[in-house]
Amino acid sequence: MQTPKPYMNPYLAGIGLGLVLLAAFVVMGRGLGASGALSSFVTLGVNAAAPAHAQTNAFYREYLATPNGNPLNDWLVYEIGGVLIGGLISGLIAGRVGRKVDKGPRITISTRMVYAFGGGILMGLGSKMARGCTSGQALTGGALLSVGSWVFMIAVFASAYAVAYLFRRQWT
Amino acid sequence: MNAPLYQFGLFGNDTALLLAVPIGIGFGFFLEQAGFGSSVKLAQQFYLRDLTVFKVMFTAIVTAMLGLFWLSWIGFVDLSLVRVLPTYLVPQFAGGLVFGVGFVMGGYCPGTCCVAAVTGKMDGWINLTGMFAGIFLFGELFPFLEAWYSSTPMGEITLSQVFNLSQGTTVLLIVLAAIAGFYGAEKLEARFRSVGS
Repeated sequence: MQTPKPYMNPYLAGIGLGLVLLAAFVVMGRGLGASGALSSFVTLGVNAAAPAHAQTNAFYREYLATPNGNPLNDWLVYEIGGVLIGGLISGLIAGRVGRKVDKGPRITISTRMVYAFGGGILMGLGSKMARGCTSGQALTGGALLSVGSWVFMIAVFASAYAVAYLFRRQWT
Repeated sequence: MNAPLYQFGLFGNDTALLLAVPIGIGFGFFLEQAGFGSSVKLAQQFYLRDLTVFKVMFTAIVTAMLGLFWLSWIGFVDLSLVRVLPTYLVPQFAGGLVFGVGFVMGGYCPGTCCVAAVTGKMDGWINLTGMFAGIFLFGELFPFLEAWYSSTPMGEITLSQVFNLSQGTTVLLIVLAAIAGFYGAEKLEARFRSVGS
């Protein structure tokens, strides 16, 4: 792997991201998302394993309510497919694609993996409680001045700062 | 021609799905360019050594917010057709608290972990697996959480309505707050970078 190129200036990347979000508003009348697409995949799995169980649960039913009943026939699923392509293009251009575990030097790979998995569970739960994540609530709802989105965003930063000390060894 | 284009019937559902792909490509591209494919980079936000998360997020919010405000002001975008998610105060606040712990513990958020995974970060893949597990857990618990999940509904309420300000004034105040935040972020970074490492 060649030496990775430096990251884009954060304000420039922010303007780029903002224009993409604006394009979603103008073209579709909706914003961006991520956790919603992941929920569609979970619903796909649950519906394949236990269709009756999925049908009786209002949470899964919402993700099954697509024009053809397939949870993957959904705007955010196509959008997250694009996210994977776009992330890969950028990573390839910048020389940042390669198998690695991102962590600080003071913890083992297995500890990092346990934290990555545990953090994922909490993010899955939290984003569903809040009806969206940093994309659908913070970014999209933030730009639309939605009260719940700003409350969510403030809560995310407040709790992350409050517990950051506990996880400091993971990163430096 | 008026926008949102989809809401004005310029194209149907199938085209809408296809248009989601280039929009997603732009989203993923700028996330990766900003450095959000790296959990170590993202996590520095919470130790004040690198405030890229704050800078990117608020620049994006301000850009999209101002763009939408101007486009509606010149009459191109009908704001009433842009979907604002309804507010459920308590579940959203509690969800944010849980999410925040997950963020600093896992190092990614749902969008950035997809970018991490696709660029080869194994912790990104594990984080994504954890998120699937968390969503599944929520889904299975949903019958018990349903009432709470729909509690404290406030509808599609915006900051302008809560603070009884015009939309223009609210937008202006957020822009000013963001500029002050960027100034503070640069100062904080300069200070914690030299002390921290």
